[in-house]
Amino acid sequence: MTTLPPEHILAHPVALSTLRKGDTAIVIGVRDDHLDVGDEVRSTLAQRLLELGFIPGESLEVVGAIWPGTDPIAVRLGRSMFALRQREAAAIMVTRASNIHP
Amino acid sequence: MSTQTLASELRLALVGVPNSGKTALFNRLTGSHQKVANYAGVTVERKEGRFTGASGRAYRILDLPGTYSLTPTSLDEAITRDAVLGRLAGERPPEIVVCVVDATNLRLNLRLVLELKRIGVPMVVALNMSDVARARGFRLDAQALEREVGVPVIETVAVAAGGAHGLIDSLERRDLPPAPQAHPDYRDPTPEEVLETQRDARRILGIIGYREPARQRALQRLDAVVMHPVLGLAVLAALLFAIFQAVFSWAALPMELIDTAVSGIGNFLHSALPPGPLRSLLVDGIIAGAGSVLVFLPQILILFLFILALEESGYLPRAAYLLDRVMGSVGLSGRAFIPLLSSFACAIPGIMATRTIPNLRDRMATIMIAPLMTCSARLPVYALLIGAFIPASKVGPFNRQGLVLFALYVAGVVAALLVAVVMKRTALKTSYHPLLLELPEYHWPNPRNLAIGLWERARIFIRRVGTIILAMMVLLWFLGSYPAAPAGATMPDIYYSFAGMLGRALEVVLAPIGFNWQISIALVPGLAAREVAVGALGTVYSLAASDESMAATLTPMIAGTWSLATALSLLAWYVFAPQCLSTLIVVRRETASWRYPLAMAGYLFGLAYLGAFATYRIALALGA
Repeated sequence: MTTLPPEHILAHPVALSTLRKGDTAIVIGVRDDHLDVGDEVRSTLAQRLLELGFIPGESLEVVGAIWPGTDPIAVRLGRSMFALRQREAAAIMVTRASNIHP
Repeated sequence: MSTQTLASELRLALVGVPNSGKTALFNRLTGSHQKVANYAGVTVERKEGRFTGASGRAYRILDLPGTYSLTPTSLDEAITRDAVLGRLAGERPPEIVVCVVDATNLRLNLRLVLELKRIGVPMVVALNMSDVARARGFRLDAQALEREVGVPVIETVAVAAGGAHGLIDSLERRDLPPAPQAHPDYRDPTPEEVLETQRDARRILGIIGYREPARQRALQRLDAVVMHPVLGLAVLAALLFAIFQAVFSWAALPMELIDTAVSGIGNFLHSALPPGPLRSLLVDGIIAGAGSVLVFLPQILILFLFILALEESGYLPRAAYLLDRVMGSVGLSGRAFIPLLSSFACAIPGIMATRTIPNLRDRMATIMIAPLMTCSARLPVYALLIGAFIPASKVGPFNRQGLVLFALYVAGVVAALLVAVVMKRTALKTSYHPLLLELPEYHWPNPRNLAIGLWERARIFIRRVGTIILAMMVLLWFLGSYPAAPAGATMPDIYYSFAGMLGRALEVVLAPIGFNWQISIALVPGLAAREVAVGALGTVYSLAASDESMAATLTPMIAGTWSLATALSLLAWYVFAPQCLSTLIVVRRETASWRYPLAMAGYLFGLAYLGAFATYRIALALGA
């Protein structure tokens, strides 16, 4: 097994919402779908996600999910843990950690 | 100049991400010298405190709502941004911003520091929880951080005595900064700029050699249970059960003491004053009225003790995560769980707790259903009726009376869920709103913070009782006492009063749901607060007795004269009826319009009438 080149990683972006409990991944980026986060707002979902630390290169782990289905999920990002619904998780593009450390 | 600077007052503002220990630091700095109010024109809580440094310089310190960023997603966060920028109407801009940072999570906290620095406000960074960070094996270098960020960085331990000394010393050494300026050119950063600041924060963390250890195994195992979709709910249910047990059993003694004290004062005044309107106003209006509400203070405080402790421990957001799906199915946010839980003690603190819900319509929907949670003021009424009409026999292993009480609680919750579904599909329809809930690290609750938090709640509650609620009680006393009964009257005095007239007029409307004129009259003073109806029923049945013996003498009286159908109908009425003026007044305050309290009163009375009507007719048909 060899380490895959970065191009290959970027060729396999998946949404965080497709991950299962126990999966680890690296953030590639957030999709700006202009979802308003609150009322008083100008902040979009993408911006708030970036502010919370979902920035390219950070590693994360899905540590919990409410079943049936997986909504919401709990994601560990460094020392933080966040609860996200499928819709928010779908805005975060990641690559599975297994793509990087085979 | 320097003598003048030292004597002057310095205005500070505390800014920090949620869970950074900002409020704990505020408590450490100001102790109980705090003032809680609202920002002008909005319902965001404004907390200000003061302290004096060793030099004699006075500090005025504003605890701004926690925020992850200056680009707001809620009213609270908008207030923080505007206060920092000096744009808030009626607020002078702070001279120094103290940015509180959680030393155990710099990765999340540092970006806000850089964002504030970029604006150019004079600031100090309080590197809080530095003790926990060291104990947990974080590599932390405050001096290096200070050098890299370019603003003073001071380690603080908000939960330890003297834990803010370093911060105070640093503020004392500072000359009075130039008058704060407005920032007319400020604009919210673009996502690209946010990313850039994040990269800058990561670069700084690399330079200063910040290292986070792996999370403790024990905490991971705890989360595996607490956040488990099934085990987690079991833990939550057990916690709630324990809390309710405590609320009702621990509060029993203090409630009795308050009750005894209040009736003691009443009796004293009764014997000390000559009979007449003044005595009646003092004893029956003011003392009895305020006492009937004050008696719930122990329950409210015990409930809040638990809620504050759960909040500080970091558990509550996990409960919101567990329940988000269920709450989401009726269109509410998982965040609505905390306010609704509080509403089981009293809807007033519950409604005030909805401030943490960022979406306005979600918040309004939560406020609208809060009164359907069975508050403790309903208990005296439930207890009287159940005691009089439901036999204490066993149904299987269960007590029949207990089952009826449980059914009444369930009826409230089910009704609330149905109402939420209807409202969220009609008047309070919203587009989708994300959850994005931080599940913070666990912390042991700090007793001093709990005490300060409780003291604040108690003060707010007593102030309400002392003002609005008391005024309403006096008004209802007046309605129930005037005009006086004519000479040779055969009916109890209240029959001839305004309240009596109203009640008798109401009877026309209430007869179809099985209420007699006595109940109808008792409902009028019972508008002030639900439990007042018990005393009012006593008055209507011409009983002059203390509350306790009242229930004892009233029970056979109503058991002998009412039908079971009437009793069940009245129980159903009480599940819904908004018989609590204080709640409606608080809703008016929280929503800054009459629309919501009026809509609330309207729909709740409607449901109460329908519910009671159906119950009465079905019970009659079944031969009750």
